[in-house]
Amino acid sequence: MADTGTMTTAVGPTVGGGGMLLPRALRILRLIGSVMVTLLGLAALTFMIGRLLPIDPVLAVLGDNATQSAYDAMAAKMGLDQPLPVQFANYLWKLAHLDLGNSLLSGRPVSSEIARVFPATMELATLAMLMGTGIGVPLGIVAAVYRNSWIDHLARILSLLGYSAPNFWLGLMGLVLFYSVLGWVGGPGRIDMIYEFDLQPVTGFYLIDAALAGNWAVFGNVFSHLILPASILALSALAYISRMTRTFMIEQLEQEYVIAARAKGVGRWRLVWSHVFRNIAVQVITVVALSYAFLLEGAVLTETVFAWPGFGRYMTNSLLAGDMNSVVGCTLLIGVIFVSLNLICDILYNIIDPRTR
Amino acid sequence: MTDISVNSGQKQGLRGWLTDPYPTSPLQARLHQSWRMWRKLRRNGSALLGLGILLVIAFGALFAPYLATHNIFAQDLGNRLALPSAEHWMGTDELGRDIYSRLLFGARITLYIACLTAVISAPVGLIVGAVSGYFGGWVDTVLMRVTEVFLAFPSLVLALAFVSALGPGINNAIIAISLTAWPPIARLARAETMIIRKSDYISAVRLQGASALRIVTRHVMPMCLPSVVARVTLNMASIILSAAGLGFLGLGAQPPSPEWGAMLSSARQFILSNGYVAAAPGMAILLTSVAFNLFGDGLRDVLDPRHD
Repeated sequence: MADTGTMTTAVGPTVGGGGMLLPRALRILRLIGSVMVTLLGLAALTFMIGRLLPIDPVLAVLGDNATQSAYDAMAAKMGLDQPLPVQFANYLWKLAHLDLGNSLLSGRPVSSEIARVFPATMELATLAMLMGTGIGVPLGIVAAVYRNSWIDHLARILSLLGYSAPNFWLGLMGLVLFYSVLGWVGGPGRIDMIYEFDLQPVTGFYLIDAALAGNWAVFGNVFSHLILPASILALSALAYISRMTRTFMIEQLEQEYVIAARAKGVGRWRLVWSHVFRNIAVQVITVVALSYAFLLEGAVLTETVFAWPGFGRYMTNSLLAGDMNSVVGCTLLIGVIFVSLNLICDILYNIIDPRTR
Repeated sequence: MTDISVNSGQKQGLRGWLTDPYPTSPLQARLHQSWRMWRKLRRNGSALLGLGILLVIAFGALFAPYLATHNIFAQDLGNRLALPSAEHWMGTDELGRDIYSRLLFGARITLYIACLTAVISAPVGLIVGAVSGYFGGWVDTVLMRVTEVFLAFPSLVLALAFVSALGPGINNAIIAISLTAWPPIARLARAETMIIRKSDYISAVRLQGASALRIVTRHVMPMCLPSVVARVTLNMASIILSAAGLGFLGLGAQPPSPEWGAMLSSARQFILSNGYVAAAPGMAILLTSVAFNLFGDGLRDVLDPRHD
C-alpha cells in the first residue's frame, strides 16, 4: 500500500516552459498518448489472462458431452478458431464498442451486468472516501504540526492498523460486535427486506434515492447498513491519506518561508491553513484520488463479507463460477479506472500546480 | 582518528574485531557495516518490536509439531465451537479442531507464501529495474511500459484474475501474487540504477572493459540490494494480506489446510453465533502484517538512507 503506484513520473520531461499555452497542451497530449499505450497494454494483459484459462471456454458453454461438430461450430461462433492476433484484434474492436462479451452465467452482456452492480459499490466507496478524507487530512495536518505528540502517535497507530489489518476480518468482527452483540447497525446487505419495495431506484444510490423520495425511515435503514462497511473501508483510506498528508506537511513546514512567516508574527494555524496547506493541496487531492482506486480493491473483499450486491461481490461470484468473461471485464474496468484517475491527477499537477510550469 | 585506533587497540574479542578501524579482510569490512546497521536498528524501538514478533512467529512455525497440543486434522464433533479452555487454549473450530494448533501450522503456510513470493518477485523486479535503468533508451521504454501496465491494477484484483485463470490452490496463489509483486520493486531498482550508473566507479569499470552484463550483475545490482531488501520486507505485509484474502475467498489454500485466510473463510458461517472463532486467525494475520510493516520501516531507515 505504501507504494502508490502513481504514474506521475510518467510525465515526460518538461517541454518548454514559461506561461505559454502550446507547450503545456503538447505535454498533456503526450500524457494522453502514453496513457493510450498503457490502456492497450491493459487490454493485452486481460486478453492473455482470458487465454491462460485451463478450462476450455467452449466446453464451459456446451458442457462436457458436446459432439465434435457442435464443438467446432461453437468455437467458430466464439471466434476461437482464428489465429491469436486476429482474436486480439476482435477483442480490441469489441472493447472499443464497450462490448465485454456475455456472462457465461446469466447469458447477459457483462457491461450491462457491471452497470447494474456498480452504483452499490460507488455508494460504498464514495462514503468511505468522504470519511477517510474528512478525518485523514486533518489528522495528518495536526500530526505534522504537533510532531511526536500523542496525537502524532495516535495517527501513526491508526495508519499502521489501516495498512496491516485484513479488512475482511475487520468486517467479520464488526458484524459480530456492532450488529450481533450491540445491535447498533444493520446486518449484511444494503437494506432490510421489509423496506426493499418502498424504494424506487432512480440513481442507484440508495441514500440519495431515499432522500429524494423523502422516505426517512428507508434512509435511516440504508444508512445503518452502509455505515459499518464504509467505516471499515474508510480506515484503509484514512491510513494512507493521513500518512501522506503528514509527510507532505512536514516537508513544507521545514521550508524557510514558514520560518519567515512565523518570524513576521503569522499565527500557527493561520500559517498552516493559508500558506502551507495551499502548497500541498494538489498533492493531497492526488492522494485522495488514488485512495479511491484502492477502495475499489478493498471493496472486493468487504462486499463479500457484507453480502453487498456490488461490483466486488459480482467479481468474486464470477470468479468462483469460472465465468471468465465477467472476471476479465471487471479486471479491465478497475484497470481503466485506475489509469484514468492517474491521468486526472497528472493533468491536475500540470494545470493547477504552478510549480510544475 | 588516533583516539579511536588507540581505543580499539585495547578492545579485545569479537566486539573489538567488529569495530577495528583497520579491517584486514573483505569479510571483516562487510561485517563492520552490518554491525553498524544493527546498532542503528537497535535504537529503533518499533523496528525491534516488529523483529521480535517475527522471530516469535518464525519460532512457532518452525517448532509447530512440538508446540502443538492436538492433531490439526483431528475432528471432535462433540466439542465443536468450544470456548477457550485448559484443554483447547483458543477454543475449537466448527469441526472441533484445536484452533491454537492450527494457528501454529498456519504460520508455516503464511511464511512459506511470503518467503516464496519474495524469492520469486525480488529477483525479477531487480533484474527488470537494473536492466531498464542501466541501458535506458528503448529497452527502458518497453520494460517500464510493461511495468506500468501491471501497476495499473490494484494488486489483489490482478492476483484474483490470475488465480481465476490458473485455478485455485496455494502454488497458483503464490504465482499470482508474485506476478503482482515485482513491479514496485522494478521501479525502485530502476531509480537506484539511474543514480548509480552515473557514478565514477561504473565509468572506471567500463573503461577496464567490463561487459554490460558484468557491470549490471556485479556492480549495479549489489548496490540496489539494500533498498530492495527493505522494500521487500515492507511488501511482505501486503503479500500476507493478499494471500489471506485469496484464502478467504476460497482461491488460495484449500480446506482442510490451516491457512489463516481459509480458517476465517470456514469460520465465517458461524460468525454471528460464535464470533471468537474468527478472532484468533484474524489477529494472527494482523500481528504478522504489523510486524513486517514495523520491521520493514526500520530496515528502510537503516538500509536506504536516500529515502526521506
